[in-house]
Amino acid sequence: MKALHDIVEKLKPHFEKGGRFEKFYRSFEAFETFLFVQGNVTRRGSHIRDAMDMKRTMVHVVIALVPAMLFGMWNVGAQHDQAIGVETGWFDQFLFGLVRVLPLIVVSYVSGLAVEFLFASIRNHEVNEGFLVTGLLIPLIIPVTTPLWMVAVATVFAVIIGKEVFGGTGMNILNPALLARAFLFFAYPSYLSGEVWIDTTLQEGQQLVDGFSGATPLAMLTLGEVVNLPPPGDMFLGTIPGSIGETSTLAVLLGALILVATGVGSLRIMLSVVLGGLLMGTLFNLLAVNVYMEIPPYYHLIMGGFAFGAVFMATDPVSAAQTGTGKYVYGVLIGVITVLIRVLNPAFPEGMMLAILLMNVFAPLIDHYVVQANIRRRLRRLGRARAPIKT
Amino acid sequence: MAGTPLFFDKYNEKIIVTSPVSGTYTQLVRGPKRRIMEVRITPDAEDEYLDFGTRPLAEMSPEQITDKLLTSGLWPCIRQRPYSVIAKPGETPRDIFVSAFKTAPLSPDMDFVVNGQEAFFQKGLEALARLTPGDVHLGVDAVNTTSAAFTGAKGVKLHRFRGPHPAGNAGIQIHHIKPINKDEIVWYVEVQDVIQIGRLFEKGIYDASKVVALTGPEVVNPRYYKVNKGARVSSFMQNNIRSKEGVTPRFISGDVLSGEKIGMEGFLGFYDDQVTVIPEGDKPELLGWLIPGLNKFSVSRTFPSFLMPWKKYRLDTNIRSGERPFVITGLYEKVLPMDILPMQLIKAIMIEDIDMMEKLGIFEVAPEDFALCEYVCPSKIEMQTIVRHGLDIMQKEFA
Repeated sequence: MKALHDIVEKLKPHFEKGGRFEKFYRSFEAFETFLFVQGNVTRRGSHIRDAMDMKRTMVHVVIALVPAMLFGMWNVGAQHDQAIGVETGWFDQFLFGLVRVLPLIVVSYVSGLAVEFLFASIRNHEVNEGFLVTGLLIPLIIPVTTPLWMVAVATVFAVIIGKEVFGGTGMNILNPALLARAFLFFAYPSYLSGEVWIDTTLQEGQQLVDGFSGATPLAMLTLGEVVNLPPPGDMFLGTIPGSIGETSTLAVLLGALILVATGVGSLRIMLSVVLGGLLMGTLFNLLAVNVYMEIPPYYHLIMGGFAFGAVFMATDPVSAAQTGTGKYVYGVLIGVITVLIRVLNPAFPEGMMLAILLMNVFAPLIDHYVVQANIRRRLRRLGRARAPIKT
Repeated sequence: MAGTPLFFDKYNEKIIVTSPVSGTYTQLVRGPKRRIMEVRITPDAEDEYLDFGTRPLAEMSPEQITDKLLTSGLWPCIRQRPYSVIAKPGETPRDIFVSAFKTAPLSPDMDFVVNGQEAFFQKGLEALARLTPGDVHLGVDAVNTTSAAFTGAKGVKLHRFRGPHPAGNAGIQIHHIKPINKDEIVWYVEVQDVIQIGRLFEKGIYDASKVVALTGPEVVNPRYYKVNKGARVSSFMQNNIRSKEGVTPRFISGDVLSGEKIGMEGFLGFYDDQVTVIPEGDKPELLGWLIPGLNKFSVSRTFPSFLMPWKKYRLDTNIRSGERPFVITGLYEKVLPMDILPMQLIKAIMIEDIDMMEKLGIFEVAPEDFALCEYVCPSKIEMQTIVRHGLDIMQKEFA
């Protein structure tokens, strides 16, 4: 450690003011703080500080994403095998997925971090850690067939328009990862719907099995094909087509466990989203005027990106409601609107993305009313104190 | 002689600070804008006291009590909310609050401190009670406070609190007993200052002696000392500090959350009854944000410390990260037991929105109430400094 630290210290003067690489100081600093927690001490206020910082927070979200990522990699291979009707064993399936998914992750990180470093240099602030999470979220919420250049364009768009124009991490209104997906969804619709969920690149001598559709459960339901729906067990485990990381409710739940146990993710939001989804699903189930409405309400939780969105997207503390009470309202509305879009709008088989983005926009309004309630309580107290005492 | 005026408040010449000892003036230390930072006095071997008289309280009017506190130099012991500053003589507070227990890390046990001073404490409460048409509220710990000086105090309203820090802060207790509304003023006084006020009215002298706890991981033998207000800390803690190669100690007058950094040759703060010595955390740590960190303490559950609640830690002054914008929510509310939205209030102060600060309750808070918010903040935002800035703005605006 000492030797490594000496090297860093030796390089430092080149990046400081007057050094040869002065322009890259913020990039250097990012790597330096990545390697070492600095020996900076408190100067004002509390002399001791909690050991948790932004890096630690973000890295826990990344850890929580690992189960969904690993399962997604395997599922990419498994779905491919199913499509061509062969069985290669789980390890080969995982390798197949790894080779397909890793480039997406690398491209997302490289393009996003490039923008982050650039803006940190221009604005002369430290590189923020927020993208550590965003960079992994983006590849997990897109189809495995998305072209790499598209991932790069969407990531750059999301980081600049979604985050940097507002002032960077902590200032954004929309969830950057979802914004990247929304960008792809509206800019290149043909790449994000239809038969895109399964990697069907064929090698010589291979062909797709008869009757292969590659449709996600949500797409089937939109078309009214309830009979083709996979059994709920499969949907819960995640052996179904879908975006890379979203299919397995089980893997997402593992992640949720990590987030809640470490206190990094808001259980309040997660539960509220589930409650909202169940509420709307039950309401539709009671009305049941078409086959989509007839499905059991809990199906909504295990199909598509509901679980992933509730655990990893809705809980983004920056774009979510920031007050305690506000989080309940925010979460329930996300659940309700998601199911509403899924069932009632045939143009959008999946409603999670739009529901969260919509509620991101409304989160400040929700908070506003919670803050106003706090202010009113204070004013009422003042009114009581000023009221003449009756004798 | 103890009780001789040293200097007065530029904005209110009635408020004077007097010498806590008899001795010889040696040095005046000035800070930025020629502000007086320190008046150094070398004490005599034996203390002599100015006589302020021992007229019985019952014969005195509130104005005369105020005058006696002012001339003896004990007035600055009385602080007020809003703004968390020295009270203004002549103003009438709605109520006066005294917290009879401390919850800050390693803080002294008030039951021990009041031992032998019970009569003075009661006398001090009686003097304070004459200065307000309202009540003197005494907050005690429902479990740990046992001294009859507190639980049996006369002429006060007793309130029992239960819970960890910041339950012992006057601000938290005021909020739960009778919160401060706009245009209301309340005063609050430390236990040992109440005792000194009691001695003034009982014996007619300014006896500045108090019990101070020397605490912290860098102290060999943590213990209590009886010293005078403003004592040079090296005078009593010499030979009681660990000296280890490569470890720089930090001396703090007060507790680790809200105390003030002083040097080895520094002096005890006016209101402080504790000196804490902790190691400086000036060493880098390889991948410290990633590794498990068995010797790191965190209230979050991202370190193994939450699995070992019995373990003790040597906390140092490492800040661990640069400052970031607010990201994490819901954390601050957990360590601020008030009906106040901490993040929203801090943001209002940051943009100096006076109207919003008032609406969100800045009149009810003091920097120390935000000490734990500052401690837990993963974005490392300096909240106590921000709150102090906000209070200064409000005072300028309204006073």
